[in-house]
Amino acid sequence: MTNKAGISDKASGLVQGTLDMLILKTLELQPMHGYGIAMRIEQISKGVFQVNPGSLFPAFRRLERAGWLASEWRETENNRRAKYYALTGLGRKQLKGETREWARQAAAIARILEAES
Amino acid sequence: MALLKNLLAGLRSLLQKARVEREMDEELGEFLDAAVKEKMREGMSREQALRAARIEMGGVEAVKEQVRAASWESRIETVWSDLRFGARLLRLNPVFAGAAILSLALGIGANTAIFQLLDAVRLRTLPVRNAQEIARVAIDHRNGASGNFSTRYPDLTFAMWEQIRAQQQGFSGVFAWAPNPFNIAPGGEVHNVQGLWVSGEFFSTLGVEPVLGRLLGPEDDQPGCGSPGATISYSFWQREYGGERSVLGRTLTVNRHPLPIIGVTPADFYGVEVGRYFDVAVPLCAEPMITGEDSRLKSRSGWWLSVMGRLRPGWSVDRAATQLRAISPGLFEATLPPEFNPGNAKHFLQYKLGAFPADSGLSDLRRDYEKPLWLLLALAGLVLLIASANLANLMLARASAREKEMAMRMAVGASRGRLIRQLLVESLLLAGIGAALGALLARSLSHVLVASLSTQHDPLFVELGTDWRVLGFTTALAVLTCILFGLAPALRATSVAPGLALKESGRGTTQGRSPFALRRILVVSQIALSFTLLVGALLFSRSLNNLAGLDAGFRQSGILVTDIDFTTLNLSNEGRIAFANDLLRRVRAIPGTDAAAIAEIVPLSGNGINHDILLGVTGEPEGDAPVATFNRVSPGFFETLQTRLLGGRDFDEHDAAKSPNVAIVNETFAKKFAKGANPVGMKFRVRTLGTVSTPYDVIGLVKDTKYGELREDFQPIVYTAIAQFDHPDTDAQILMRSNAPLLNLMSEVKSTANEVNPNMDISFFTFHKMIEDGLLRDRLMARLSGFFGVLAVLLAVIGLYGVISYMVARRRNEIAIRVALGAGRESIVKLVLGEAGALLGVGLVIGTMLALAGGKAAASMLFGLKPWDVATFAMALLLLALVAVAASLLPAARAARSDPMAALRQE
Repeated sequence: MTNKAGISDKASGLVQGTLDMLILKTLELQPMHGYGIAMRIEQISKGVFQVNPGSLFPAFRRLERAGWLASEWRETENNRRAKYYALTGLGRKQLKGETREWARQAAAIARILEAES
Repeated sequence: MALLKNLLAGLRSLLQKARVEREMDEELGEFLDAAVKEKMREGMSREQALRAARIEMGGVEAVKEQVRAASWESRIETVWSDLRFGARLLRLNPVFAGAAILSLALGIGANTAIFQLLDAVRLRTLPVRNAQEIARVAIDHRNGASGNFSTRYPDLTFAMWEQIRAQQQGFSGVFAWAPNPFNIAPGGEVHNVQGLWVSGEFFSTLGVEPVLGRLLGPEDDQPGCGSPGATISYSFWQREYGGERSVLGRTLTVNRHPLPIIGVTPADFYGVEVGRYFDVAVPLCAEPMITGEDSRLKSRSGWWLSVMGRLRPGWSVDRAATQLRAISPGLFEATLPPEFNPGNAKHFLQYKLGAFPADSGLSDLRRDYEKPLWLLLALAGLVLLIASANLANLMLARASAREKEMAMRMAVGASRGRLIRQLLVESLLLAGIGAALGALLARSLSHVLVASLSTQHDPLFVELGTDWRVLGFTTALAVLTCILFGLAPALRATSVAPGLALKESGRGTTQGRSPFALRRILVVSQIALSFTLLVGALLFSRSLNNLAGLDAGFRQSGILVTDIDFTTLNLSNEGRIAFANDLLRRVRAIPGTDAAAIAEIVPLSGNGINHDILLGVTGEPEGDAPVATFNRVSPGFFETLQTRLLGGRDFDEHDAAKSPNVAIVNETFAKKFAKGANPVGMKFRVRTLGTVSTPYDVIGLVKDTKYGELREDFQPIVYTAIAQFDHPDTDAQILMRSNAPLLNLMSEVKSTANEVNPNMDISFFTFHKMIEDGLLRDRLMARLSGFFGVLAVLLAVIGLYGVISYMVARRRNEIAIRVALGAGRESIVKLVLGEAGALLGVGLVIGTMLALAGGKAAASMLFGLKPWDVATFAMALLLLALVAVAASLLPAARAARSDPMAALRQE
């Protein structure tokens, strides 16, 4: 797999669960297609996370199978067909849970780091 | 819910593979497209954007593979593609595949068939509710029992049964039963079916429910019952009455007594005897009426019943046995036969009752065949081992041929584990097909086995269902063989360094010593095992030959036995003798009859009489007296069976009821009682239980003959004149010697009997067939071990041929150089044969040790030779050596013929 300059998902140690959470979060507002999701993650993270299709699409398949995402084929803005992914109710619940858990862990880690410095 | 969705989605992508793939292509295409557009907007040229996007994406196929790997169905797909690949390889090599599958199918089929039979007769429990509660009540270590023994399980007398029923405490219910053939023909030629005498508690204790009508109960089994009802089995109902419900109330003739049919037992209930079935069950109380004057019900020395019971909750077999033991002294005191002499009584009063687990029922089939079946299973297992070794050898050969393929695949990134998995899947494919075919084969094989053990007079029924044990056994065999023959080659094939294998352009690298050593070990073990099997086959076939070729002291072929039962004529004792003599005279007059005689006991029929012999004319010993076997015959018996009269005379018509008792004895009798002197003129008396006869004069001496069975040593036999017997039978068993066709003879006898009186029961059998049926087990062992032996040798020879051919191919250059340097053809042949000889030699040495060790198991089944019979070993050795040399001569000749230049040029 080729890595661009910058931090790819692999190099940043983006663990599987994290990517899943990012995808769910990205889809919280509206259904999007694959490329859109990748771009959005890259933009919002200001380029820290560059998502590789080799991780992205397996993640879609996984999340779909878990029942957190639903997909449908739709027309894009420039009149092409694309597969749009949307959050399901189950996915929304999952996102909420994961966000809470993440915040808890991040806060805990932050506290530890602060205490050590 | 999510799981279900996952499952459904997985199934969808399995079933609509093309569509899912297309969507994935489209989605990825769209992604790429969007990326290109984005990059062009950032100012790249189209080419640049496309290139950058593609680099970013990586290989489209790789991404697709990763997506596929994210779901469970992909694993199935990998195995599926491995299977398809394996199947394709097998199709490309049909000879290999065919040989492999066939040898596996035969091996697994034979094993499964034998196991299925073992399962049926040994492992399965009775088809009744809570079979583990069923136990058998019998005398523990019954030694020196006297009396009249009949039926297959003569455990107890009727008097004992009544006492047990009244006094036992450990069982919630007990019942007595006995198997007995019933003649259901209303007259004329006998039509015997499998009957059961059952006490009233039989069906209720076992917990059997009727499918029609009602089953016999205690109310049907009351002392002195006149004409009770009969219960018939489901199969009899289907067979004889076409399953009609109107069967209830119809009458069945049992030994000429009409009995109303009151009910039908369920289809899966065959009785309590594994290996048998029953057609008709009749209450015990009807025995005196149906059997007539030979009734055993009132006879205290008539052993004929088997007693079983269902343990009370909380009672173990041991506890029940303890209670039975406690009541034994009183019980045997109360049932002592009054006709016993003090010696008999002493044994009798010491008997103790015991209880024995009977959850898998009773079975004489099990007693006779369990050990042979285990032995056969072991033999079949060896065949399967040889077949596996053979396959391993073939797979190793294929592994060397495929090492470049393996090297290439490893070089392009396949992991070793993946390749091993793929090779094992191939092996599993072979093993699976082999096992499936084997299981199919086993079904017919086991039926053939059972059929070959059945005889006309002794039909067997074995419930040959395929239960979890049989399925598990077959599956385990398949997996085991797969590992046996697949694993080593798979490990071997994938252990090459890819670079090395690919560099070697001419021939493969698996030419190092070790894989070849493995193949040698395989061949040596094949030879050793097949030698063992060959020895076994030869032992059993020679044993059978010994039995069949044995001089039993009489002629076996061309003798028809006819039993004419004239019970219905109600003749007096004198009348019976006269009537039987008249019948005999008429039979002798039938054209083609060379000789005929009446005999009480047909030799080797398994029936027998023995009594104490008291030498001299007075006095009686305190304790036991020496015993001899007896037969009552008419004049002409020895001439009919062509047993030589060595001294004195045969009986004649003057030896009648009123004349002095006379006897003819055999050589063993003379040896035992006359110390080898001529016994003619000596006197002895016969003690039957407590009764001592008037003295007998020995008037003749005949050659020794076998009495009960072929395997026994000659026994002292006393022949008495049937006309002098004071309780003449109501039937005449006539032996005829004739060269006329059997069917003609039978119809002649029938019409002759009909002329006398049409109201008699007639049955026939041939002496020769009866003796042959007695050798069933020996024939089975000889045939099956012979089959396995031939199969094993064949497989071993194929293995040896393969290895020697491979050796020749591998050493082609060496041989070429030798030839080029002037080695003669014969020295090349010698070189190759030397290699084969070494393998053969080592194999034979190990095989000899194995055969010697395994022979012990067969010792008791052999007749006339020991399991370490030298001639047999020599024969097996010679046979195997011959075929082995023949198999290696082919490649040796090829090596000798090879053109050295051609071989060297190729290098």
